[in-house]
Amino acid sequence: MKKRIEDLTVIENKSLNSEFFVLKLQAENQLPKIFPGQFVEARVDRCPSTFLRRPLSVYDTDDKKNLLFLLIKIAGEGSKQLSHLKKNEKLNLVYPLGNSFSKPSGKRVLLVGGGTGVAPMLLLGKYLKVELNILPEFLLGYRSARLIIENEKFEALGKVNITTEDGSKGHKGLVIDHPAMQENYDMIYTCGPEVMMKAVARIALKNKTSCEVSLENLMGCGIGACLCCVVDTVDKGNVNTCTEGPVFNIKRLKWQT
Amino acid sequence: MADLTTKIGNLTCKNPVWTASGTFGYGPEYEDFIDISRLGAIVVKGITGKERQGNPYPRMAETPSGMLNAVGLQNKGIDYFVNSIYPEISTYNTHIIVNVNGSTIEEYCEVAEKCDNLEKIEAIELNISCPNVKQGGMIFGTHCPSAIAVTKAVRNVFSKTLIVKLSPNVTNIVEFALAVESCGADSVSLINTLLGMAIDAETRRPALSTVTGGLSGPAIKPVALRMVWQVAKAVKIPVIGMGGIMNATDAIEFFLAGASAIQVGTANFIHPAVTMEILEGINAYLDRNHFKRIDEIIGSLKNFTETDNYV
Repeated sequence: MKKRIEDLTVIENKSLNSEFFVLKLQAENQLPKIFPGQFVEARVDRCPSTFLRRPLSVYDTDDKKNLLFLLIKIAGEGSKQLSHLKKNEKLNLVYPLGNSFSKPSGKRVLLVGGGTGVAPMLLLGKYLKVELNILPEFLLGYRSARLIIENEKFEALGKVNITTEDGSKGHKGLVIDHPAMQENYDMIYTCGPEVMMKAVARIALKNKTSCEVSLENLMGCGIGACLCCVVDTVDKGNVNTCTEGPVFNIKRLKWQT
Repeated sequence: MADLTTKIGNLTCKNPVWTASGTFGYGPEYEDFIDISRLGAIVVKGITGKERQGNPYPRMAETPSGMLNAVGLQNKGIDYFVNSIYPEISTYNTHIIVNVNGSTIEEYCEVAEKCDNLEKIEAIELNISCPNVKQGGMIFGTHCPSAIAVTKAVRNVFSKTLIVKLSPNVTNIVEFALAVESCGADSVSLINTLLGMAIDAETRRPALSTVTGGLSGPAIKPVALRMVWQVAKAVKIPVIGMGGIMNATDAIEFFLAGASAIQVGTANFIHPAVTMEILEGINAYLDRNHFKRIDEIIGSLKNFTETDNYV
């Protein structure tokens, strides 16, 4: 798919809670086909303290209405500036970027998301259900019930297991403490903080379950030019997360497992 | 439309807008965004004799108006370039310039010699200014006798246009420019990144795996402009200017300071089509000011002296 540089129009900027917001963006022309796991590089305007674009996972799309949804966590100056975007303002994107999650070998799949890492899991769940006729099972981890992200959207696609660190909703603890992690799956997909993904990968390796992770490495360009976002792989050494990833099978990564 | 033709050594370029090494891959990375053939030249990612894995992650830190990088010349080596990359990019209707690197003079010469045999490579940029490798790189560019030695050696094995990329991490860059000019360099390009550092106060650790890295972006533009101006006044060979060029106005400033061509670097990361906007902006500027040729503005500030500021 050819990459584009495009201004999209903000249709809605919805604050979900103290940390997360969702941008609903309208493309002027036909939206390119975006596969689950792919991301955009958003330009942050009017923010003197930031310089580079921000890589953001695609949360959802509506191909008929040419809508693109981004789930963003307010983490620093760039994301804070994006949270101030108003209806009808433009957001400049370079997209669609990166590879995507691969098709599972069987019908039993677990989608593990933590924090902002739940974003690509929604698009993946939709893809599995609508295009592959596979009912996804989600395992979504949050610090607390007040930070849960649009649970009804995930519930519309499949079974949702929730963990919260403070026990205010669902299973108390981390995603890896949830009983679902011990069940048998054909494939586990995960995105979230690196410590969480590594812990999920350890369990998947132990259970001999195929597992794909979506990395959130720091990026300079997102298009394979700056070589800043590299991850060390078993087969090719340092490779760009932005072009060879962000999705990797854990067997390719030199993670301490 | 003004005549933008630019001559650097034996290289005649359709315009003075080039891309800087390490910010444009080998070209294909940008094919979706621009028509590569409209560029004056592309300088490909730095190439060494043997494959290099580069430095560990993290290699990048965002800074006010710029970024630090510590990539460390990750590349697959000259033979891979010759066999697997060159055949694809040699079809571009623009000049391809190889950025040549090494840990030793022998390695620089090996890469340069192999480039000499490639028909479509009409120029190389000798990188004696990479701040992110332990051996070679900036050591050659910050020690004048070493700069002389490597330039002389490469000049002996490379018959086409030789550009030497200078480091700003020296007390007097003019001394280096004059030294490499006397060794047969056809042009000098400047500036490479400025050595810098970033610290994460929360984790109390350096932001880069290598602790220090190269600063690029608009943050370094005033330093780059000053150095281009000083060097252009001193040397007879053409100067290629770079450092924080984000738009056509920035580019014009470098021409006025004395650059015969400019390289766009970090700006490509933020706006992958920025080179085309810069090219169109230069054209518009020349038309608006009734210049017929880009040459008419190159170095027009050379007659100023530093003391003029205080008179």
